[in-house]
Amino acid sequence: MQGTIFDFKRFAVHDGPGIRTTVFLKGCPLRCLWCHNPESWKPEPESAEREIRLDDRLYREKEIIGRKVTVNDLMKELEKERLVMEESQGGVTFSGGEPLMQPRFLLEMLKACQENAFHTAVDTSGFALQEDLLRIMPFTSLFLFDLKMMDMRKHEQFTGADNQLILDNFRWLMQQGKPVRVRIPVVAGYTATRDNLTATLEFLTPYAENLEQVDLLPYHRIGMHKYDKLGICCEMPGESGKPDSQEMDEIYSLFNSNGHKVTIGG
Amino acid sequence: MTPRIQKLREESLNAEPRISAERALLVTEFYKNHLAFGDSVPVQRAKAFRHILENKSICINDGELIVGERGPAPKATPTYPEINVHSLQDLDILNSREKVWFRVDEATREAYREVIIPFWKGRSNRDRMMEALPKDWHDAYRAGIFTEFMEQRAPGHTVAGGKIYRKGMSEIISDIEAVISKLDFMGDPLAFPRLQELLGMKIAAEAIISYAERHAVILDELASSEKDEQRKKELEGMAQVCRNVPANAPQTFHEALQYYWFVHLGVVTELNPWDSFNPGRLDQHLMPFYRMETDAGSLTKEDAVELLQSFWIKFNNHPAPPKVGVTALESNTYTDFALINIGGVKEDGSDAVNEMSYILLDVIEEMRLLQPSSMVQLSKKNPDRFIERAVRIVKTGFGQPSIFNTDAIIQELTRQGKDIADARNGGASGCVESGAFGTESYILTGYFNLPKILEITLHNGYDPRTDKIIGLQTGQIEDFDTYYQLLDAFRKQVNHFAGIKVKGSNIIESIFMEHIPTPFLSLIIDDCVSRGTDYSCGGARYNTNYVQGVGVGTVTDSLTAIRKIVFDDGLTTLTQLLLALEADFEGHEDLRYRLIYHTPKYGNDDPEADEQLSDVFEIYYDAVNGRTSPRGATYRINLLPTTCHIYFGSVMQASADGRKAGKPVSEGISPVQGADSHGPTAVIKSAAKIDHLRTGGTLLNQKFSPSFFENEEAIRKVASLVRSYFRMDGHHIQFNVVSADMLRDAQKHPENYRDLIVRVAGYSDYFNDLGEDLQEEIIRRTEHESF
Repeated sequence: MQGTIFDFKRFAVHDGPGIRTTVFLKGCPLRCLWCHNPESWKPEPESAEREIRLDDRLYREKEIIGRKVTVNDLMKELEKERLVMEESQGGVTFSGGEPLMQPRFLLEMLKACQENAFHTAVDTSGFALQEDLLRIMPFTSLFLFDLKMMDMRKHEQFTGADNQLILDNFRWLMQQGKPVRVRIPVVAGYTATRDNLTATLEFLTPYAENLEQVDLLPYHRIGMHKYDKLGICCEMPGESGKPDSQEMDEIYSLFNSNGHKVTIGG
Repeated sequence: MTPRIQKLREESLNAEPRISAERALLVTEFYKNHLAFGDSVPVQRAKAFRHILENKSICINDGELIVGERGPAPKATPTYPEINVHSLQDLDILNSREKVWFRVDEATREAYREVIIPFWKGRSNRDRMMEALPKDWHDAYRAGIFTEFMEQRAPGHTVAGGKIYRKGMSEIISDIEAVISKLDFMGDPLAFPRLQELLGMKIAAEAIISYAERHAVILDELASSEKDEQRKKELEGMAQVCRNVPANAPQTFHEALQYYWFVHLGVVTELNPWDSFNPGRLDQHLMPFYRMETDAGSLTKEDAVELLQSFWIKFNNHPAPPKVGVTALESNTYTDFALINIGGVKEDGSDAVNEMSYILLDVIEEMRLLQPSSMVQLSKKNPDRFIERAVRIVKTGFGQPSIFNTDAIIQELTRQGKDIADARNGGASGCVESGAFGTESYILTGYFNLPKILEITLHNGYDPRTDKIIGLQTGQIEDFDTYYQLLDAFRKQVNHFAGIKVKGSNIIESIFMEHIPTPFLSLIIDDCVSRGTDYSCGGARYNTNYVQGVGVGTVTDSLTAIRKIVFDDGLTTLTQLLLALEADFEGHEDLRYRLIYHTPKYGNDDPEADEQLSDVFEIYYDAVNGRTSPRGATYRINLLPTTCHIYFGSVMQASADGRKAGKPVSEGISPVQGADSHGPTAVIKSAAKIDHLRTGGTLLNQKFSPSFFENEEAIRKVASLVRSYFRMDGHHIQFNVVSADMLRDAQKHPENYRDLIVRVAGYSDYFNDLGEDLQEEIIRRTEHESF
């Protein structure tokens, strides 16, 4: 069984409990304006150019973003981190892209992880088939579920798809009794408007008790240079999209006072 | 911090390091006037020690609670001409160099010119050594193959145990008398030399009691003229403390600290031993006094903290004695490596963390001083609260405390044959060296330049810098058909130079045994008194000599690069590669790029690179471990550099890992600067492939930006990273919290910082992977966050 990943990151410390290894699966159905991982969009490996400076020389190398890997390959790599995962009560996080774009591979990986006693987290946009969610459920220890815009039209405008499927999946998932953390990208002028935050809170109110935690992820522009590299036109929000710390504190308090356990950054 | 501690701390920070000729003049006067003519060497040395303590000026700083200065004032630093006499040129260098300077005034210069130099020139221990050492030693030393610790300082490398908290000097004197009365002049051929050692020890013990009394007298005088009633009472109390200790066993918390401090001063006045001296397991030693007094109501926590802070300032007032030449290069710092140990396990193996452990951590955080150094011992038995508290101090970014694996240290020591109780009473001192505190003499003999030996191997025994053949002729590189032939040649060269180093150290040790006994230090370390044998002559219960390997990462990556590029892939020949190294990659830039970015590197949990690490370790271990010394010590290895990786790099051409000529080699067992690009968990996995338990200490450095530790969750994760490394028997880890300067350097030389992780915004990333504007933003933030 093969899948396509674009990154494999050891010592991931913001993608769930403990020290984790995050496997980034390639391919995403959404095109969020603020996306910092545009290399995750296309499901197939793609080539780009990498520049490395050494002294005053610039070396250019062809770089293939994305590689095909087998379940066995990955399990061997994950095994290297077992001791650290055990010690820190961490595990493996499958992120993307949208990991459920490769549902069979994801399922096989999750099964293998469970067999080998790794804690697993799936970081999903929620834009996936419910039956796929259902299939991976028994093998997933924790869901990280992204919520972006509550307004259907704006969701479509900013991410390329409306949010009906996402919200339905969320409601359904919350009835399944699995631990779920919500992750909200905080982009000033986009997701971090008074209206959207209020609507999000309202949406989450019935789940305040069952949700593990809400992670607020402040917008950053780290991914900007990747757009150039990939030859994709970058429509990322400008500097003004970055929430300042006062804004973050306010949003933190807002969620906190509504009974959620909140982190900034996850 | 109370106002007076604030004032004393400020004074200590502002005091200018300077050379004081007082001790050198006293010791010159002593020997010049033959004040111990005809006495045995140990008795002479003891009388010289007494002469200094009887005549040196006494300094009591306004407001302080713990008294005693090695020199006439804070940071007035004595010299030891009997070990190494500084020339006028040395004094000029010390006075004017940019880093680690010592001011030298005209009176000091004059004392040197007129009195000290004329008497000691050609007669110091350094002169004796240099004359006795053979040519092959001098050649290798000049080439930068190794350094020699005893060139300018005396052997020390030991730590106080619990003895002084149980026994006053009067009682130790009774012990000495009892041993003397039982000397067997019939059956023991060494009975008379033992008698001389014991007489010397007795004189030294009496001398420190009188030295304390001199402080008591002056404290009484100060008390009688003191207007402030509270300070007056305090001064009277301090005079009483100096009359009680070190003569008697301490009865109070204050007396325990003051006793240690007199012992410290005794050790660093007798000679200039490496790593000054060290109270070791301070939380263990102080806890009984603290509990007893707080229970009785005679001491509050605030009092105890103020006493500790006053004690801390004492260490900071005492920079390492001035070093010049190669010694200054290998240990270029004012720090004298008194390393306070906190935590660990008790003698019975149970968790030793106590209330005092946390109080000491508070003191460290609040004092934020260069000296003393501090570390936490972390056993699997210690609570998470303890390590997390320590990591919270690490995060503030002044490099302390470092973190050690108690369970590994105990296994290292018991493997060397020590009793488990002695091992549990031990810890780490200096930089990272394992030792049984109070019972072991574990002497570091010098650093050993492993990458340089690969350079010599590639040149068939020839050193291109000194233009001499100094190694074995192990073969021309054209004739190496396989990687294993090269590795075997390297093995022979390492053996060859280790042999030269150990022979030289044995000669030096013999000279110290004959000429420089240390009767005072012998009082403190068991079993010198009961054996009637000096510390320098094997009197300690355990004796170990270390040779410290440097550049493990550089030599590992160089071997890996050669193996891959030359022997596996056939992309170039050894001859071509050597040409590139000799040209410092001038005209071979693409090869250098390939070496840096396209060969496996140690530090990434990559077996293809780490295999060479294991080879290097075994070769070095076999070359050193198990050799023996004249005083009965066994040679062992440890892997640490202090600042020697810079000196060792400066004597080298470019190396096959892509390092340019003259640039530093890797430090400790850390990967080559920036070569680890798979994060800290991969680094600890690679580093754990070294068999730490067969060393006497290894040093691993990790870089983080301060923002990385932003919340409790992150601190827990760092703590579990440490626990993971220790579960794999890692010996030591320290976190270098980066400065803005370092980040600027990373912008200029990204190849050196491929490992650097910074926290961005709800997200961590490699610094190198960030765009320039983001890098700038993080630098600005770091400037903000760091102190």
